[in-house]
Amino acid sequence: MIRSLDSRPEARPETAAPTALRQRLAELRGPTVAPRPLDARALAALAANPGCHRRALLDGAGVDKAALSRALGAPAAFGQSQFAFVRGHAFEARVKADGGAELVRLLRERLGDGSPAPEHVDLPDLAAAGPEGRTARTALALREATAAGRWAVLDHPLLALTVAGTPAYLEPDAVVVHPDGSWTVVEIKSFAMVDGSADSAKVGAAARQAAVYALALEAVAERLGAEAGLVRHRILLVCPKDFSNLPAASLVDVRKQLATTRRQLARLTGVASIAAALPEGTTFDLCLADDGRTSMRPAAELASAVDAVAAAYAPECLAACELAFHCRARSRAADAVQALGRGLRAELGGLTTVGAVLAAASGEAGDPDDPTVSALRRAAALRAQALAGVAG
Amino acid sequence: MSLITTLARLEAVRDGRARPLATVRHRHLAEKPFVFVPLTTAGEAGAPLGAMVGTDPDTPRLLVVPQPRDRDLRSAFLAELAEAMLPYIESYAEGAEYAEDTENTSGSEEPCADAPQLLVPSAAGVEYVRLLGRSMRFRRTAEQDPDAPHPAPPRVPLLGRWLTHFGERARVPGSSLLPAMTQLLGRHWATGQSVLEDQHLGALLAWIDPPHGLTGAEAAARAERERDRDGLLVHPPAGPATDPVFDNKRLAPAIARYDQGRTGAEREIHDLLETQLRPTWDAVWRGVGLLRALPEGAHVADRWKRDRWSYTAHRDRLRAGEPPQPKQDDAVTAARKLGARETAQAQLDAQEALDDPLVMAGRRLAGEAFEGEVTAVVMEYSQAKVPRPRPLVTVRTGDAPHPAEGARLHRALPGGKSQSAEFVAHEADGTLTVRLTGGMGRGKVPEAGSVPEPGDTVCWTLFEHAPRGGPELPDPDRTPWTHGGPPAAAAEAPDPVTAEDLL
Ligand code: SF4
Repeated sequence: MIRSLDSRPEARPETAAPTALRQRLAELRGPTVAPRPLDARALAALAANPGCHRRALLDGAGVDKAALSRALGAPAAFGQSQFAFVRGHAFEARVKADGGAELVRLLRERLGDGSPAPEHVDLPDLAAAGPEGRTARTALALREATAAGRWAVLDHPLLALTVAGTPAYLEPDAVVVHPDGSWTVVEIKSFAMVDGSADSAKVGAAARQAAVYALALEAVAERLGAEAGLVRHRILLVCPKDFSNLPAASLVDVRKQLATTRRQLARLTGVASIAAALPEGTTFDLCLADDGRTSMRPAAELASAVDAVAAAYAPECLAACELAFHCRARSRAADAVQALGRGLRAELGGLTTVGAVLAAASGEAGDPDDPTVSALRRAAALRAQALAGVAG
Repeated sequence: MSLITTLARLEAVRDGRARPLATVRHRHLAEKPFVFVPLTTAGEAGAPLGAMVGTDPDTPRLLVVPQPRDRDLRSAFLAELAEAMLPYIESYAEGAEYAEDTENTSGSEEPCADAPQLLVPSAAGVEYVRLLGRSMRFRRTAEQDPDAPHPAPPRVPLLGRWLTHFGERARVPGSSLLPAMTQLLGRHWATGQSVLEDQHLGALLAWIDPPHGLTGAEAAARAERERDRDGLLVHPPAGPATDPVFDNKRLAPAIARYDQGRTGAEREIHDLLETQLRPTWDAVWRGVGLLRALPEGAHVADRWKRDRWSYTAHRDRLRAGEPPQPKQDDAVTAARKLGARETAQAQLDAQEALDDPLVMAGRRLAGEAFEGEVTAVVMEYSQAKVPRPRPLVTVRTGDAPHPAEGARLHRALPGGKSQSAEFVAHEADGTLTVRLTGGMGRGKVPEAGSVPEPGDTVCWTLFEHAPRGGPELPDPDRTPWTHGGPPAAAAEAPDPVTAEDLL
């Protein structure tokens, strides 16, 4: 494949948010607080709940949600065991130990397209100062490797993606450049693939994360001026095989996740407009004490700042967002039926609070001609009859 | 989720405690279940950390792997587990009844009189049993393979085959060889939280049986989140995954001390694991107590008989010296299992509705059944040479079923039989007419009690009461080799041993 890759060698990612917005986001975060960069996991979670302005704004402004949840008195339960951490790193190091040859071997084996075994796998040096330097270095390495027409493995490249007006830096485990110039995202995970299959929830999460990387790679490809189709839509998932430390790989088609993520991220209301709607002086600054941990802001004050931004809490948040306990408490306090599940909410039509549903079911309120209301009354009567029959 | 279940959840929110989803117990609960609370090492597949096991709530047995990366210690743990579990599992294997029916020359065999029941805290526990089974069943003992580099302790592969069997059986709807406590409780109570949150055993129990002075929501929040001064969860998770804070602050330092050979380090690890396991152990038994208070559903024994068959068939396969279950089912077996599970689901749905008016209420709401008062019965007869009774029954009902004309209906008769009928028409006055087509005996005059009378309350279902396959037969996938099962494949090779099978 021949491409013209002569454009903008230091292709700068579109990371720059307009100054006014940057200013505003810095105020929200706290003037002395460094922004917390978004990662692929956060982006995938963000895309999973695109209706949530609260999360979009906090992530967009680079607020440390874990610290915020602690200061709110509703700390998240996220954390990693050092056993898992050590194992994850050891496995990744092992897979990459031979400079990428093993990764290329696994990829070729999975593709099964009979391409010749490489004599040599390029392993470009991606070191550079600062995230912007590193993304530029990555783009350059991708350009060179693509032009070289050889196998190359980029170990921990750094990619940038602009989401709702804010930059996010993403670091896939690896990207493989094929001799034909196409790119494959590599995800190395430490959950086992037993007899060729792994926990589907974990594979799904890995695929959503990989889709974010593929999206960011496509942005790089665009900036490099290469034609579309450069980024392969099947990512390589590498996991420990059975109960061993040997790698097993599988190609996962992420086209669906890619389309969903693209759509959801586009739907994210721009951070700018959410920020603009906030009352004057709103800030999530924790005003940390000298220990760098203890919040000096009263929890009630922080809570009212957080609650000024609309949320869309559902139980799925518990596994995806650090603020979930806080939002759950708010959602429950508001008597929202969605706190019990999105499906349940969908079933109840226009009735959005527990009180309204129960009142409609008992006949105290609600329009009897509304099919939801009449179904509820019927359900309540049948339920009461069955329970009374047993009690009596 | 049916609207009735949804209502129950909302009632629970209002009342601050769980509300019933069933009026009877729909799952078999053994007199002496074997409770198995496993813990696993974070980030490792099949590297157990410890377990609490046993049949007596007051005297659990604690098994511990002080250094999960040590292959020999893991082997020793599995050997201990086999020694703790196999006698229980095998104690049901003897004494399969043989029907003393001299006329039956086919030697109609009965399954074992009872079967073992393994109880785990949560669905993740069921998956872990499967994983443990997979990790053990292909291993070779020194006796089987004198050259095996790391021979398995004698009974470990056998336990692997049993655990695999239990794990496989757990996928059959309504089966009770390996139930998860969260699923058992979730079947019978609706909490004021989501199904996702119900996966937490402590939170689920908090809603069902909140401590005095607390609402379910408050008690559940504590169970989920309360941490001590060091940030450790006061109510440890029900496993097999541990609390990461526990791993980092307590377990890792203790294991480091063990690795340095410090005295007392092993004891310390024991004590630490006990703090994580004991609350879950007690929670499982608390769940057992709550479930026992519910009367058993009428069809539960039928389903348990299928479980007994499943157990008996596996016993026979082991006795016949067959190889371990394959790593992957062939296409035919997989399709058959799927079919069997679908049948089991249909049977379960029908039986639960028949056993429990609250479940039937859901089917009535869905238009799949109707209940009402008989207002008239007109005796009619079929056109056959020997006319048979075909009475027309008129029912007044508030339910809104939508059967097509001529649709088959079913009604439970006292004694467990079901009577077939045919839907005739929706009448102008809102009543329904139904023609009875069976279940009235062989004579010209219906047997006493087989035709309802005006004033009786009757319930017809649009679904069959015993969809395909009677309760007497073993499931197709449990057909023992001796009963014409598929030919035995050669045993698969054990997993290769890598230099360090852990990282
Ligand atoms: S937990 Fe709150 S902030 Fe996070 S996604 Fe859910 S609703 Fe939004």
